[in-house]
Amino acid sequence: MKPQRLSVLRQRAALIQAARSFFIGQGFLEVETPIRIPAPAPEAHIEPEPSGLWFLQTSPELCMKRLLAAGCDKIFQVCKCFRRNERGDRHLPELTMLEWYRAGADYRALMADCEALLLALCPGGRLRGADGQRLDLAPPWPRLTVSQAFARHASLSLDQALAEGRFEEVMAFEIEPFLGRATPLFLCDYPASQASLARLDPDCPQVAQRFEFYLDGLELANGFSELVDAVEQRRRFVEERERIVALGRPPGPLPEPFLADLERMPPAAGIALGLDRLVMLFTGSRNIDQVVAFTPESL
Amino acid sequence: MYTAADLRKGLKLEIDGYPYIVTEFQFAKPGKGQALYRTKMRNMVNGNMLERTFRSNDKFEKADLEERPMQYLYSQGDDFIFMDTQNYEQMTIARDHLGENTSYMTDNMEVQVLLFRGAPIGVTLPITVTLRVIKADPWAKGDTSGSDSKPVTVETGYELQVPPFVDEGELIQIDTRTGEYMTRVKG
Repeated sequence: MKPQRLSVLRQRAALIQAARSFFIGQGFLEVETPIRIPAPAPEAHIEPEPSGLWFLQTSPELCMKRLLAAGCDKIFQVCKCFRRNERGDRHLPELTMLEWYRAGADYRALMADCEALLLALCPGGRLRGADGQRLDLAPPWPRLTVSQAFARHASLSLDQALAEGRFEEVMAFEIEPFLGRATPLFLCDYPASQASLARLDPDCPQVAQRFEFYLDGLELANGFSELVDAVEQRRRFVEERERIVALGRPPGPLPEPFLADLERMPPAAGIALGLDRLVMLFTGSRNIDQVVAFTPESL
Repeated sequence: MYTAADLRKGLKLEIDGYPYIVTEFQFAKPGKGQALYRTKMRNMVNGNMLERTFRSNDKFEKADLEERPMQYLYSQGDDFIFMDTQNYEQMTIARDHLGENTSYMTDNMEVQVLLFRGAPIGVTLPITVTLRVIKADPWAKGDTSGSDSKPVTVETGYELQVPPFVDEGELIQIDTRTGEYMTRVKG
């Protein structure tokens, strides 16, 4: 093995170890939930990998929330997730996720976690960006609303982009590459239509209590105040299934035990962080292929 | 039939009746949004570049391309006549489709002809060809100008720079990808 490659794998192992120590030190319980599940959360743009009559998880979200409903209050997990047809410089169909949840907290607590985690992983508080520029990790990190990000970076406004169905395209090619180029950045106040499993802001229901954490143009984590309204959650799942059918895919069953547990789930916040991308950032790798021992193509 | 998930560098597909080859490819998927496949493609007939972003549900046809071994027979004005070395059928290709290749083609040369829906759109030559120098200034001994190359003309009419020791009537090897002199061949 080339020394460069071995060095990246060593840094990867050290980062995962350090992330574990951080959460354990903060009083989180490390959990393991099943990777093979009967019903992933229906999401139009995330395609699960079938495994027999069940599926490989696209994220550990549903089982981890069921643990919150069962009484756990601070939990984290490092696990493999599988998403069909996601392959690119920053995507692997099998990825490693770091996911954590806090009962009785909202998304702002997760932002503080992100700041503390990055400083724990990088005590000097400085990293080099992909273009050799300096990245300063000292908190507090700036926040930018999605609407401000469109105004600052894009050729059209957020409302125009939503109306023209170009939200993702503009986000991916006009905005994301410029986010977090000098310091980490929280992109927040996602429009309600992009809420997914997030709670809408009670004071401003046009936006969801959802944020993404960007650093050096990389989308690293997606966190939100969890929706704990089972009726609303079912409505969103049904809507999402209609989108899946419209895209020509089989809709799959609804995760009924999760919906039942949601009735007793406490207010909570949860976040998923792509560990492979975090390793990219810490090792100055431009391609996700450089930070894993094997890519699917090499098997 | 291809779907967007098949996209990668080098894929050949048909768009608006033309064959295109993907030259750049970027997969993006912001947040929980839909997958986007941003591509740059080159039209394999006219060389024009096309930039297009596809979504996961987009489908497109495979470009109906075939490469066949052929022998270059002769040219007549702007028409170049080839023979399929498998079925011995002759095919005429216009100069426009050959581009710089005409600088290196000599009678009876074996080439690969690229067909789109059965019609020729391009020719791939061997990487090196051997051509005879038909015009070269003699090497003036004691030339102190310090130049380490001189222009010569080869049998196809192509002009290139070669080292000063190459003489008229000699054979030289040329790299068809760059058009540059490689070595002198003892004939």
